[in-house]
Amino acid sequence: MRAMTSAAPTTQSLRAALMVPCYVDQFYPAVADAARRVLERHGCEVVVPKQQTCCGQPMLNSGFAKETLPVAKHCCKVFADFEYVVCPSGSCTAMVREHYRDLWLDDAKIPRVFEFCEFLHDVVGVREMDVSFPHRVGIHQGCHGLRELRLAQPSESFGCATDKTRALLSLVRDIELVNLDRPDECCGFGGLFAVSEEAVSVGMGRDRVACHERAHAEIIASGDMSCLMHLEGIIRREHRAVRVAHVAQILAGDRV
Amino acid sequence: MSARTEAHPPAAARFLDDGAHAAWHDAALWNVRDRRDKAAASVPDWERLREQATRIKQHTLAHLPDYLEQFERAARAAGATVHWAKDPEEFRVLVHGLLKQHGVTSVAKSKSMLTEECALNPYLEAQGIEVVDTDLGERVVQLNQEHPSHIVLPAIHLNKQQIGRIFEKNLGTAPGNDSAEELTEAARQDLRARYLHAQAGITGVNFAVAETGTLVVCTNEANADLGMTVPKLHIACMGLEKLVPRFEDLAVFTRLLARSGTGQAITAYTSHVTGPAPGSELHIVLLDNGRSALLARDRFRNALKCIRCGACMNTCPVFRRSGGHSYNHVIPGPIGSVLAPNVAFEQTETLPFASSLCGSCTEVCPVKIDLHKQLLYWREELAKEGRVPLSKQLGAHVFTFVATRPWLFKLGGRMMRLSLRITPRALVYGPWNAWGKRRELPVPPKRSYLDGGRP
Repeated sequence: MRAMTSAAPTTQSLRAALMVPCYVDQFYPAVADAARRVLERHGCEVVVPKQQTCCGQPMLNSGFAKETLPVAKHCCKVFADFEYVVCPSGSCTAMVREHYRDLWLDDAKIPRVFEFCEFLHDVVGVREMDVSFPHRVGIHQGCHGLRELRLAQPSESFGCATDKTRALLSLVRDIELVNLDRPDECCGFGGLFAVSEEAVSVGMGRDRVACHERAHAEIIASGDMSCLMHLEGIIRREHRAVRVAHVAQILAGDRV
Repeated sequence: MSARTEAHPPAAARFLDDGAHAAWHDAALWNVRDRRDKAAASVPDWERLREQATRIKQHTLAHLPDYLEQFERAARAAGATVHWAKDPEEFRVLVHGLLKQHGVTSVAKSKSMLTEECALNPYLEAQGIEVVDTDLGERVVQLNQEHPSHIVLPAIHLNKQQIGRIFEKNLGTAPGNDSAEELTEAARQDLRARYLHAQAGITGVNFAVAETGTLVVCTNEANADLGMTVPKLHIACMGLEKLVPRFEDLAVFTRLLARSGTGQAITAYTSHVTGPAPGSELHIVLLDNGRSALLARDRFRNALKCIRCGACMNTCPVFRRSGGHSYNHVIPGPIGSVLAPNVAFEQTETLPFASSLCGSCTEVCPVKIDLHKQLLYWREELAKEGRVPLSKQLGAHVFTFVATRPWLFKLGGRMMRLSLRITPRALVYGPWNAWGKRRELPVPPKRSYLDGGRP
């Protein structure tokens, strides 16, 4: 399998494949690159399999389970040889981890995908971060990462899940994380929902942006670029001042 | 009264057209969700209580025929008469027959979504029987000649000013009076007389206990209690799924119901009825209407665990922003969208898609119904039956073909980005671009990441 491999900075490194969500690949190469650099800086050897395409979520969420299966199988094949697969999207990660089973894929063939923050927090065990980001940042929790992967404790449920995104961002120097009055309401992207329920989707998106503005956030940060693509679309159309950034870009110390 | 088959997106868009009212609706329901969070947090081990509830329901559904028979025997032994109706038509005829037999011309009805499901009010009214809804919210929507927009808060789509105008027209309150206390008092005075005049009370049922034949009816206004005790005839209407096996099981559900629904520790009135009062008659009507069919559907039977608390509606970001009427189904919101296709597959095909699949409904559900997964499964059923737009069907096949061929996927991406860059803005943002109506598309880079694109 052809792959882009990069030299790892340490000898005892974790070897991880980077699963690049299709819309990140097409529209946000800077985000995938930031994710790779952050992983490398924390001692991982990162491989980017070039045969990867899409996890199939847009189709499954539209009801096309049968049509999703070949795409899911392709995804399984591409990432079959990796002990760790890391994906800068909670939604795509949840698709593989939580929904591939519903397609009757053999558990053993489903790749071990970790969401980007989850991997850094749980597997790599990052507890220090040598970057600075002197901004007020609001965290937008992607719903699938939040509720299906438990990347944080959903506000309507009771338990003690660590907010992994917040834990990592807290390590960044000079960052100020704001508190939102609705900490984890859905942004209204929802894949094709954004188009088929345009009015509700935009209504939800505007409310989400407003929630971050009320908390005086300069940046809306998320582990899911799809949510941010939707929010950024509203922000740009309405010429609002708040900006968006993927968590990986902040952890990479990139200017956003 | 709106048509019952309009698709969700246009109805939702209309609701959102009045931005200020939509924002108020969202805030009002978010406040209820917030109260629910606090009430749930006050119970040690809330999540375990949910687990217990879902297991009791699981067990009950697995042995439903046995428990139904046990309930019927116990209720009869307590002096009640038990009737069975397979669909709304049988139900309406049966209830009308009972009323006619007793010479009833006026009925006091307390809140029952089941009678809404069976469109009982218009049927009885057409037969010359007056039906008065006695729940305050239901009375408001009845006077306004519409349906409840929420199963627990039937008039949540109306604010005080709107209710003031409805009461001014129907109950003669002063123009411009929007005091909640005064409007409530006006409704109360009007209803009092009607209770005394009614010859029968019709109520819903929150829980029915198989071992004792007991019915449990929960309200905050005691309207069901008046309806059950003042007239000499009480007709209690329930779906087959309302059963719990033992009296002690009730403790689990009464702790969950009000906390989940309104954030109260318990409803103001939780009345237990075992058999009729001396000198009165109690008739219990059990309705199937698709419930036994749902029980046979592996992926969907969990929906029968629902105790109609409404928590999924209050937390649902789509419901809060589109209002219950936009669902055009008797039960709106996430639970409505998974119950609707079971009884009206073709008429409700947009409902399983009226969700961003955020999953909050599943988290708040006191009986742990996997609501967001069921929405996804219904989408699958609809796609299987060709009930999704042709463009989506074609798109899915093309996407599968392309996404299993990396070279083609790459080429397709390249062409898509190129065309976005070179096409004039007016063409990209034409009326066919729903995304771009009120949102910018992302700026396409020259090269994708896998194609060597870097910041």
